[in-house]
Amino acid sequence: MTVNDKLDNKFGGASVPASQLDSSFAPPVDASCRVPLLVLFGGAALWLVVSSLLALAASLTFHMPDKFGDCSWGTYGHLQPAADDALLYGFCIPAGLGVALWIFARLGRTPLRGALVPVVAAHLWHLGVLVGLVGIFVGDSTGFAWLEFPRGGSALLFFAYLLIGLWALMNFSGRPAGAMFPSHWFLVAALFLFPWIYSTANILIVGWPVRGVVQAVIAWWFGNNLIFLWTSLVGLGAAFYFLPKFSGRPLQTYFYALFAFWTLFFFGSLRGVPSGAPVPAWLPTLGNLNSMLLIVPVIVIAIIGWKTVVGAAGPEGKDSSYSMIRFGFVAFVLSALLQVAMSCPQFARLTQFTWFGVAQTQLQLYGFFAITMFGAIHYILPRAVGIEFAFPKLIRVQQGCAMLGLIILVASLAAGGVAQGLKLNDPNVAFADSSKAMLMFLRASTTGLLLLLLASLLFALNIFAMIMAWHWSLVRAVFAAVVAPLPKTEVKA
Amino acid sequence: MLLVSWSAFVLAPQLQLGGAKQVPVLNSTEVYPHTRPGEANQGLQVYRANGCAACHTEQVQQDGVACDVVLASAGKNPDAVSNLLATLTLRGLSQEAAQAVSDKITAAGGKVETHIVAVGPDIARGWGLRHSVAEDFLYDNLVQFGSLRIGPDLAGVGSRLPDANWQLLHLYAPQSVVKGSLMPPFRYLFTTRKIGAAPSPDALNLPKEFAPADGYEVVPKPEAKELVAYLLNLHADVPLYDAPFTPVVVAKP
Repeated sequence: MTVNDKLDNKFGGASVPASQLDSSFAPPVDASCRVPLLVLFGGAALWLVVSSLLALAASLTFHMPDKFGDCSWGTYGHLQPAADDALLYGFCIPAGLGVALWIFARLGRTPLRGALVPVVAAHLWHLGVLVGLVGIFVGDSTGFAWLEFPRGGSALLFFAYLLIGLWALMNFSGRPAGAMFPSHWFLVAALFLFPWIYSTANILIVGWPVRGVVQAVIAWWFGNNLIFLWTSLVGLGAAFYFLPKFSGRPLQTYFYALFAFWTLFFFGSLRGVPSGAPVPAWLPTLGNLNSMLLIVPVIVIAIIGWKTVVGAAGPEGKDSSYSMIRFGFVAFVLSALLQVAMSCPQFARLTQFTWFGVAQTQLQLYGFFAITMFGAIHYILPRAVGIEFAFPKLIRVQQGCAMLGLIILVASLAAGGVAQGLKLNDPNVAFADSSKAMLMFLRASTTGLLLLLLASLLFALNIFAMIMAWHWSLVRAVFAAVVAPLPKTEVKA
Repeated sequence: MLLVSWSAFVLAPQLQLGGAKQVPVLNSTEVYPHTRPGEANQGLQVYRANGCAACHTEQVQQDGVACDVVLASAGKNPDAVSNLLATLTLRGLSQEAAQAVSDKITAAGGKVETHIVAVGPDIARGWGLRHSVAEDFLYDNLVQFGSLRIGPDLAGVGSRLPDANWQLLHLYAPQSVVKGSLMPPFRYLFTTRKIGAAPSPDALNLPKEFAPADGYEVVPKPEAKELVAYLLNLHADVPLYDAPFTPVVVAKP
């Protein structure tokens, strides 16, 4: 029995009958998730590399704008949306789904049945991302931020998500009676959230478009619910599972988590329209009010993290998964605080239409969500596949590159955003000067993107090596079965 | 919970705005907006396909309104009025201050008009005469608000830069008309071809360093023309009930 399995008994299964308190459930449960996780995480790793490359290329257009004018796909308007969507739909969502599948199975101590369906669905998902990205490059983008994928791609994504979500929920409903943990609330809510907002947005904006600015309102509502709320629910669901597991201290406390869950869901979902938008004024006002009230769940979540982690014994030795998930947790608190700050009228006025908003989104998507997922995947995958990572030392390097790159990227864009905002709000400064003021910061952010590309490559290297090792072990198993001498009982005289 | 946020941000705006109609223009019998011409509508699709909204917003902001007091006639005693004018602030006044100023001038025998003007950095840059409102986008089947100003706001670019040739040159080689522009060139919206029997009337008149080799000409593809038609059609410049201002009639000298 490993330390972690002991902890699983202690905190994962606190309300499970004592007769079931053993660790023998873990290996079969982990193994049942093996193939879906390999497909989900493998594809996610690929899209992460694609996204990093595209983001770097998009960033380079600022340093040499003249070099990208001869082909349509080389312009910023194609590269940047593609990079964003590859990160969100290519990496974040499949990684989150995989982690959710595994946490459901582990917490419920129920092996995943019918794993073929999520495997097929994961392939469909990645196909949908491919179709969507190609669509953006050939000019079929819908033109709405975070919703650029044309309808072919988004239909595939929707059905793939439904299938995976359904299987996760079936596994969830098969858990022993009474096994309900804070992670469950967050993850189940996220499973329901995506189909709801994605179908609404695609039907009312792309399929049968509503008139005029209502399109933009729905797009903002969708963007906020996906970028902020969905990632927060999944990321916190994972963090609330892993933090107690690593720190060796139960989640502090159940009731704080319950309160944080409902307030986060309520205030987090009722926002999205930025102030000053050309829509009826009550929409941004309602959104800003709820953004401001986000301070309530953020403080509670920060307290939960603090009381669960600080001063706890922690795992033996340094565990990179633990540090990544803690880093992600801090990034979440910072990102949410920035959201609160950006809802204050004075600050909103300063930062609107600047790179500051981009910095906040990157902090949320990469700093919080992706880095939490790195930590979770590095923990889960070796257990699910039963093979250690081929390059365990590179995980530390990957962690360093991801964190450092992210900090450089977010800090430079945020500082640049404020500098840009000061110039934009001063009518005596020519507009061109406000763009030029950004150039120095954009150069710094390109350095950050380079480090993130390195982190993506190292991450993908370990994942792909694991997939190869798994295929190789299959081949060896088949080969061994073929050449194995027949048991004596089957040998006829 | 999902239903609450859906009702607030999907259902309610649709109920409020889904049946929106043209609205009257202030102090006029006209209505606003009008549908865009077909070419401009196609241009909106070019705008979408090329992701122009990644760098450009289409939403002018304003901080509020102020009053300008404008002298309509100096009356019988022009010297007294002009002496008085020299001592007064006439622009960017509150309503009360404007009233006080116009009372003084009227007492001195002059005639004044009070104009309502929008104020704010966007307005001062000349990006528009008032802030953008929902009505401006009534007939757009694709609302491209944008969220990042890497380039300038385009909500009023048709009024600001109404020259189609300038727009085409700017698309083909931004740096040829705006020194140090960060905008990437959109050369793929143009064809460079050998000059035939006679030069095409559409050919761009490029400065030397951007011009093609001798005997060649650069002509816009239909997409470029549509995009320019769309850009020139972007002019949200009439006063409305929810965004008032006094249109300035250029006085004849």
